Amino acid sequence: MSSPKLPLSNVRVGQRAAVANLEASGPMRRRLMDLGLTAGAQVECLHRSPWGDPAAYAIRGAVIALRDCDSAKISVIPLP
Amino acid sequence: MNHMENNSSKLPVVALAGNPNVGKSTVFNTLTGLRQHTGNWAGKTVSTASGQCTYGSFSCTLVDIPGSYSLYAQSAEEEAARDFLCFGNPDAVIVVCDATTLERNLNLVLQILELTSRVVVCINLMDEAGKKNIRVNLSKLSDLLGVPVVGTSARDGKGIDQLMKVLEKTIAGKSRPPLRIECPSAVENAVSLLEPVLSEHLMGRLPARFAALHILDSDPGLTNSLNQFLGFSLDQLPDVQAALFKAKRYLEEQGFFEEKLRDTIASRPVALAGNICSESVCAPSVSSNRDRKLDRFFTGKWTGIPIMLLLLAVVLWLTMTGANYPSSLLAAGFAWLEDHLRQGLTAISAPAWTISLLTDGIFHVLATVVSVMLPPMAIFFPLFTLLEDFGYLPRVAFNLDKCFQKACACGKQCLTMLMSLGCNAVGVAGAKIIDSPRERLIAILTSSLMPCNGRFPTLVALIGFIFVGSSLLSSVFSALLLAGVILLGIIVTFLLSRLLSATILKGIPSSFTLELPPYRRPQIGKVIVRSVLDRTLFVLGRAVSVAAPAGLVIWLLANLTIDGTSILQYCTGFLDPVARLFGMDGVILFAFILGFPANEIVLPLILMAYTASGTLPDAGNVNEIRALLTANGWTWLTASCTILFSLMHWPCSTTLLTIRKETKSLKWTFLAAALPTAAGLLACFVLTQISRIIT
Repeated sequence: MSSPKLPLSNVRVGQRAAVANLEASGPMRRRLMDLGLTAGAQVECLHRSPWGDPAAYAIRGAVIALRDCDSAKISVIPLP
Repeated sequence: MNHMENNSSKLPVVALAGNPNVGKSTVFNTLTGLRQHTGNWAGKTVSTASGQCTYGSFSCTLVDIPGSYSLYAQSAEEEAARDFLCFGNPDAVIVVCDATTLERNLNLVLQILELTSRVVVCINLMDEAGKKNIRVNLSKLSDLLGVPVVGTSARDGKGIDQLMKVLEKTIAGKSRPPLRIECPSAVENAVSLLEPVLSEHLMGRLPARFAALHILDSDPGLTNSLNQFLGFSLDQLPDVQAALFKAKRYLEEQGFFEEKLRDTIASRPVALAGNICSESVCAPSVSSNRDRKLDRFFTGKWTGIPIMLLLLAVVLWLTMTGANYPSSLLAAGFAWLEDHLRQGLTAISAPAWTISLLTDGIFHVLATVVSVMLPPMAIFFPLFTLLEDFGYLPRVAFNLDKCFQKACACGKQCLTMLMSLGCNAVGVAGAKIIDSPRERLIAILTSSLMPCNGRFPTLVALIGFIFVGSSLLSSVFSALLLAGVILLGIIVTFLLSRLLSATILKGIPSSFTLELPPYRRPQIGKVIVRSVLDRTLFVLGRAVSVAAPAGLVIWLLANLTIDGTSILQYCTGFLDPVARLFGMDGVILFAFILGFPANEIVLPLILMAYTASGTLPDAGNVNEIRALLTANGWTWLTASCTILFSLMHWPCSTTLLTIRKETKSLKWTFLAAALPTAAGLLACFVLTQISRIIT
């Protein structure tokens, strides 16, 4: 894969990406995995709240809101 | 009685598990005929509910456990769910899944299958999946999972018969070993070092492989619960420790350090769920366009907040204007009834004091509570429930999360605040949905700052005192003022949350994940009928259990005299100088103190105390209430301070008991009472002093 990795929080609204790896640790890491955010999973940034943070992501068919400080710990590879 | 107990204890116990917000409570209600409140957002079942369900000759006890994403529990409610599944020894488990987000749901299904094979998978919301062109191949899914799978649309009762049939068969059938999801060979080798040792101590009370995986994964929550369940510290036994040490060392040699090991164990069911889904579910790749459009509107940069405020104002306006007519109608009815009661009692020549006690005391307070309190509740709650059913409430939490972030609190606190709007005690219990203990305490301590059920109509009546008139404009004004009061409660909640996290509850915000469920068309007719009925029964119940005794007490206080002065006058006279400092009077403060068991009796008590020696106003008639209050020296300042104090004072007894139960600490319970009271007194004091300086 030639595309550079970037944190999920930098993914623009409407853009899709694949999870590369989780940098979160401890309970947060487990929670993200239980939500389906494992390596290779596809996510899409759907929309942002009126204040710009948190943002809503489509993850395995569900819509999950994550704060930027948390989604910054998920590194993804943008998909075309 | 004994017979019944014996009978019910023989019934098989079935646990109802599932991710949050998959319609678990709806399935529960349909199966048991019980009416548990359901809503379209994650975290509705905050404590376990159970009920009996019967199908033909088959009966079982159904236990609705809190929704959870995983058996690796992160919050108090997930722990409760996990403990019931692992140690509650249910005869079978129904795992309810959302057909529209099946892949994620299957993660929990697979985790439970590793625990027991007596599972029925219930794929709910099949109707919604159909609308979104998602097709689930149920028989294929059943083959892949190795357990029966039933598709349902619980809201319409579809598939429920089939579910019961399959459940009966599963309970009657033979037990098979639980599912085995393979790990990489190194981890398998480590598991096989640990499994036989554990098996010896567990003696079949929990699958040894399941325990081994969780212990290798260092899941401390489960280990604690397991030790408690067994009655001895399994992980402290020498042979277990030796095996664990050996297994861990072996894994490290193979390159499986803590994090990698955890990921390996956790990703097994996730990966398997993905494979199973790709074979049994056919879904269009784009997510629902309708939901995207609605979200862009309800959470948009320019539209999100204005729409939220507008909805709040409209709901309040409908409540206030809509309540006027039924309120005066009820009041007139009660006045007529009271006359007849008085006449009847006179006719049987009851003593004068008995007549007064029964009519002026008990009946009058009861009538005021019902006529002033019932109509606003019976209008507000159906409207609120409709928004909840629609799926709007999590969007409010999404819109406001930034503010909670600034206050170092959890965005889910917004949901507990919305629950508090119904009942503060429910809000306190609902704080279980918040993962971090620190953030949960903040939510609990500030819960009473949302005007609940019982205070709401008091606020409506007091605002009616300030803004009188029947024109459309004044009713809009009143609604805006009430919205302002609620906003003030929200702002004070933010300030106090910030203050708490800067002082005694220091800490950084923990991680936060909030699910935004799909929008659902609310079942308008059902919601209205049900919540009007619920509210009516609730208010009538409280009127009898709280208002009537309170009426008796205040009548006695007003009519028992010492040296020609009633006890009531002694009490209010004593409180008066203090109360004046805060813009109120002795009667008001005394009513708040007597209103400790239930907030809804505060206003009726104030009215009752004022009229104790005079003529009685027609309860529920705004103009008469206004005249009475004015005659007792009320000004806009008195009304404003009473509103402020009603918004911010000690929580009612039920709420405090719930706080005591949830925090298990007298210190926090005391603080939960002291904090809002201090805020309220401060606000009243400042307002009073400013107005005295100005005028």
